[in-house]
Amino acid sequence: MSDDKGPSPKSNAFSVQALNSFGVFLALVIVFLVFLVADQMQPDGGSFATWRNVTVICAQTSVIAVAALGMTLIIISGGIDLSAGTGLALAATALAWALDRGHSATTAVLLCVLVGSLCGTINGLLISTLRVVPFIVTLGTMSIYMGFAKYIANQTTIRPPLDAVPNWLSTLVSTNANDRWLGFPWGVWFALGLTIVMSLLLRYTVFGRYVFALGSNEATARLCGINVPLVKTSIYAISGGLVGIAGLYHFSKLSSANPTSGLGMELEIIAAVVIGGGSLSGGQGSVLGTLNGALIIAVIGSGCTLLGFQNFTTDIIIGGIIIAAVTLDQYRQRRFAT
Amino acid sequence: MPLLQTQAISKSFGATRALREVSFEADSGRVLALIGENGAGKSTLMKVLSGAHLPDAGTMHLAGEPYRPTGPQDARKAGVAMIYQELNLAPDLSVADNVMLGCEMHALGWLNRRAQNRRVREALATLGYPDLDLQTPVNRLSVGMQQLVEVARALVMNARVIVFDEPTSSLTQNDVTRLFEVIRRLRESQRAVIYISHFLEEVREICDDYAVLRDGEVVGSGVLQDVDESQLVEMMVGRSVDELFPSVPHKMGEVVLKLDKLATPSLPIPADLELRRGEILGVAGLVGAGRTELLRAIFALDPVRQGTVQIAGQLSPHQPRARIRQGLGFVSEDRKGEGLAQIRSIEDNATLSRLQPYSTGGLLNLGKRRSAVDSWMKRLEVKALSTKQPIYALSGGNQQKVALARVLHQDADVLLLDEPTRGIDVGTKSQIYRLMGEQAAAGRAIIFVSSYLPELLAVSDRVAVMSRGRIREIRAAEDWTEETVMAISIRGSEADE
Repeated sequence: MSDDKGPSPKSNAFSVQALNSFGVFLALVIVFLVFLVADQMQPDGGSFATWRNVTVICAQTSVIAVAALGMTLIIISGGIDLSAGTGLALAATALAWALDRGHSATTAVLLCVLVGSLCGTINGLLISTLRVVPFIVTLGTMSIYMGFAKYIANQTTIRPPLDAVPNWLSTLVSTNANDRWLGFPWGVWFALGLTIVMSLLLRYTVFGRYVFALGSNEATARLCGINVPLVKTSIYAISGGLVGIAGLYHFSKLSSANPTSGLGMELEIIAAVVIGGGSLSGGQGSVLGTLNGALIIAVIGSGCTLLGFQNFTTDIIIGGIIIAAVTLDQYRQRRFAT
Repeated sequence: MPLLQTQAISKSFGATRALREVSFEADSGRVLALIGENGAGKSTLMKVLSGAHLPDAGTMHLAGEPYRPTGPQDARKAGVAMIYQELNLAPDLSVADNVMLGCEMHALGWLNRRAQNRRVREALATLGYPDLDLQTPVNRLSVGMQQLVEVARALVMNARVIVFDEPTSSLTQNDVTRLFEVIRRLRESQRAVIYISHFLEEVREICDDYAVLRDGEVVGSGVLQDVDESQLVEMMVGRSVDELFPSVPHKMGEVVLKLDKLATPSLPIPADLELRRGEILGVAGLVGAGRTELLRAIFALDPVRQGTVQIAGQLSPHQPRARIRQGLGFVSEDRKGEGLAQIRSIEDNATLSRLQPYSTGGLLNLGKRRSAVDSWMKRLEVKALSTKQPIYALSGGNQQKVALARVLHQDADVLLLDEPTRGIDVGTKSQIYRLMGEQAAAGRAIIFVSSYLPELLAVSDRVAVMSRGRIREIRAAEDWTEETVMAISIRGSEADE
């Protein structure tokens, strides 16, 4: 019988997953070291591996990271959400609009998360009731959400009066020394907390198993009595909520909201998941991997800036990394498969 | 009292009556063979049992209680589980997660893995596999073991009736032996097993009772020991066995295909072979013996590492395109995956390898093509609404005929047929044997790969036995028996160990 198991008895699903996450973590470390060395070799180098820069990297990546947590869920379940970027901008715009109108900060923040969650729920409902593939549905809602954001913002950037923005919101990802707590802005800690919650959700709950089952084989999930439309809609709703929270971070950066500022963000979010080992055909991915994926993108961005590379270089490098990550992953899968 | 009982179940789809007053009984502690050709109504009956279809008339009883499932989940809850040909597993999930999928043990959504594992372990122990690693993702298990995981899922759901639909069609010999052991254990544990299959030898080995379906009706049932194989075939086909292998006289001519030390990455041991016009060469061997790989090498579908292929005396460059041009035709064993473009029409599929007759300057004369395909459909008796019907809408047998129509339309001199009769009904099989004979009589050469020895020995002129990627022996078909073929297939593999 042992001949059929292929892998040694020690290798189980957990260790495989741990190994995958570890692989991404290793890639993060390598990317970091490469830039560290390159930076040190510069005449005026040495600013890359400072605590301050690490803080900046973490703060900058938290928008993408938080939204990517939700995207991980969606991608594992075999879906995709192209509207994440514009949904995020819509949520941020709603937040700015509420503050601008003089509503309390609590109301505004709740509205922001709610709008994000609503966007996700709409995606989920459309996908499960119309039975149109997620790519097309969210391609449509991507445009729809941006349209609504433009409508709310009256086609411009909303800048609520400074005194309307509470301190805790404007310092969410601030890297000033007195805004930090235990070395990081509190927004980074919050993002980390969300990561842990999502990780536990995926691993230890029935819902988590359903997410994987759906992405792995939807027909089987249905046959086993799983309420597929409900689970799907929940996945998109939860992911939407996270997109809403990412909207908070996005707003907090500049204390303003531009309705079109989310365009292109969805690709960065998806890239984080994919670099983190998520499979676009579903069934595979991990929250920790995604976090590392988001960090890899941020480290490359920061490193390239400090090395004086121009913006386009960063784009090219990140594109290359995406292709390399997926190729490597496929290669590894194939080796396991035999 | 029988555990599962159906009385006069009828089901129609439009004007087609798929089931007519079907009655049968499955007893606990026994294995019932449900046999019949494709299209006889087996799958409809199965869908009625699983609740996917509601019957138009008739009743079912499970342990004396009325049984009227409204869906697969409902049937499972009542204790009727289906193990389909296409396994229903989430490949990325672990063994334990797959077994418990949909009936997880939890508190407020939080998984209780310890309790789950205990339950899964229990089910696996019942099946004789207490040591299977529960955390292995199922995509790393063999098909046989994956099937076991599905059976374990049925047990966890407390299934009393377990239905297997053609369970051995994608299994290796070892896995089949293992599956039968599992089925025997299910029988011992007083469950009722319904075993749907084409393979009468298997049925004889594992089943106690039988029920034969033909054209949606039960044409015979009883205890297997009371009938012999030819009686069963007669019931299935409605005619006698002699007509099953029609013989068309044909004569061998000059050598048309010659392999010289041909090797590819998946066929590492160089192969030599000669094939004459008017010859049907059967290729036998166990799954994994390299039969498909040999055909792929001949057709240059795998990169050729060394060796040459001569077609009608001409050296052929190693590209499928060149092979087709020089008169080779290949019918894949995998109709779904590579043989046919499932969503394209019959005419597209039948003419894809030879469109020249209908094109002028790259423009296709669709009308001319349609009438050509139409005549092929008539000749092969393809049952379809029109030449425009997509492949997926056809039955397996008709799909196979379209695949054959392609190589015939291509006017190939050498036909490479990989399991051309797999998964199709006896009547169509017989048509295909006749067709092969006719092609040989017309001076074409055929390499015929099959795992079903009776047909291989009856239809071929010579039979080659392969094992471990090597052609072990070629003899005239009448010099082989099923036993000697098996002996070579198995001995070969041991000799290499």
